[in-house]
Amino acid sequence: MITYDSVSKIYGSGPGAVTALDNVSFHIEKGEVVVFLGPSGCGKTTTLRLTNRLDSITRGTITIGGRDINKQDPVRLRQSMGYVIQEIGLFPNKTIAQNIAVVPRMLGWSKDKISERTDELLRMVQLDPALYRDRYPAELSGGQQQRIGVARGLAADPEILLMDEPFGAIDPINREQIQDEFLKVQEKLKKTIAFVSHDIHEAIKMGDKIALFSEGRLIQYDTPEMILTQPKNKFVADFVGSDRALKVLGLMRVRDAMNPVPLNIIQGDTLAPAAIGFLEEKKRRYGVVVDGGKPVGFVSLKDLKFETGPVRDVATPFPVMAQGRQPLRDALSMMLMHDLILLCVIDGNGDFIGTVSYQNIQRAILDVYSDETEDRDATR
Amino acid sequence: MDILGFLQSNADQALYLTWEHMWIVGLSVGIATVIGVPVGILITKYETLAKRVINAANIFMTIPSIALFGLMLPMLSLFGHGLGKVPAVIALVLYSQLPIIRNTYVAIKNVPPAVVNAGRGMGMSNWQLLKEVELPIAIPVILAGLRTAAVMNIGIAAIATFVGAGGLGVYIQQGIDRVYDEMIVAGAILVSVFAIVVDGGMAGIEHALTPKGLKIQRKQSK
Repeated sequence: MITYDSVSKIYGSGPGAVTALDNVSFHIEKGEVVVFLGPSGCGKTTTLRLTNRLDSITRGTITIGGRDINKQDPVRLRQSMGYVIQEIGLFPNKTIAQNIAVVPRMLGWSKDKISERTDELLRMVQLDPALYRDRYPAELSGGQQQRIGVARGLAADPEILLMDEPFGAIDPINREQIQDEFLKVQEKLKKTIAFVSHDIHEAIKMGDKIALFSEGRLIQYDTPEMILTQPKNKFVADFVGSDRALKVLGLMRVRDAMNPVPLNIIQGDTLAPAAIGFLEEKKRRYGVVVDGGKPVGFVSLKDLKFETGPVRDVATPFPVMAQGRQPLRDALSMMLMHDLILLCVIDGNGDFIGTVSYQNIQRAILDVYSDETEDRDATR
Repeated sequence: MDILGFLQSNADQALYLTWEHMWIVGLSVGIATVIGVPVGILITKYETLAKRVINAANIFMTIPSIALFGLMLPMLSLFGHGLGKVPAVIALVLYSQLPIIRNTYVAIKNVPPAVVNAGRGMGMSNWQLLKEVELPIAIPVILAGLRTAAVMNIGIAAIATFVGAGGLGVYIQQGIDRVYDEMIVAGAILVSVFAIVVDGGMAGIEHALTPKGLKIQRKQSK
């Protein structure tokens, strides 16, 4: 969709010239979120601003859908892409509805169509149109304003969205929420998005791919998994941090690491003495009690000792359970917090689908990193 | 001292002089706005020009009004307008330039850069940006400049009586010449009241023309 071909940007000329971007080439596929990541002054924002011609390219070409952007009218070009910035930049003199309507109005949409679209967008960003359309930006909280900023960027239904640290100024709790909402929206809309960020967590969470910049060069362009598990050089490794194993856990889902067929499952209607026999045979001290496909709790040999009834009456309920689609990091956190050696995993309906233990997590990490360690062995 | 009595017996003349005063000030502020606001906007796009233009306006401001009339007299005499309303209006237009240009320049410059960046990035042309965003946000400060200019001009116009421009300054000047206290004070009071009324009226216009969203913003930042 967007192709950067040997793009350079040099500010000034002569001895005082500053190279902001040095011969950068990469390609953004249609429907992909690519996060431009890096420390400040690395060229990520410059790359974004070259894309809608807010800055001009010194050398190289950027093509969008096969067309060179330098051969297009800059105003038309910008109107064809959504633009969302960290400072939001809502127009304080216009109402929320008028703010959202800016680009559609420039494109000459009819009043009815604009009004309909405004309401649709407000609902999409979880703000009640009846309540908000005639308010002014100053009456909204920072998080609400940024929702409007996103809605405004999407107003004319552009194929491409350029976002410059859009959630950077929002407090951490609201940021998580607005990121989640945005991902949900993106899942439906499938826009092509260039997303500038300096936050590795955000990049891992939001990006289908990450373009990591340093000093005007594109250092590594890859999926978050590859950036985390196979950093190309020391800069990348340092940037993603020494806790990158934990970050990988944030990317993996519980269901990818869990044991779907644990050996210590006891059906709820099993009588206690039989359960003791079962656990002793499997050499387990604990059993997970499942009744009619739903997890009930766990039992230890000690619990069962003097019992005679079905195990479901003796089982201790789990203090917490993990959803299969939750990040593995959450599961690890639950296990640490609740002092559990085993976590029960359920699906969206609450049905038992497996268990996850420390060992499962460790193995999952090792699997991801195995390529990297093999490479290292080979070079020795 | 019977000022009311004086005004009553000279009501027609007092009204005429007030009207003349209003006319001189109104015309000069009008012309100054037509020149000053576009110049103020223009120099926000050309920074090097901005300093020079504002400095030039500053210099006019420092010339005492009576001296300016003196300087203009021989020049305008060439066109047969050395005395009368023409030099008065020209001087008032020159004096108005500083508050109008400076306020316009500062107001446009103070539009938050994020707002301008967002507008441009969304594909607004310079003209659209100016018309829909920059001017509405700048309007309260621009109007404050007009208000300063108008009130200042009411005072200076009173001095323009020395070049035969007429207006309420006539009462003050003639009163002094004839040692006629009632006349002096009546002229002074009328000029002052006029200035206060215009100041109040302009404040009202400023309030009325400030976009609602900006008023809300201002209230909250207090």
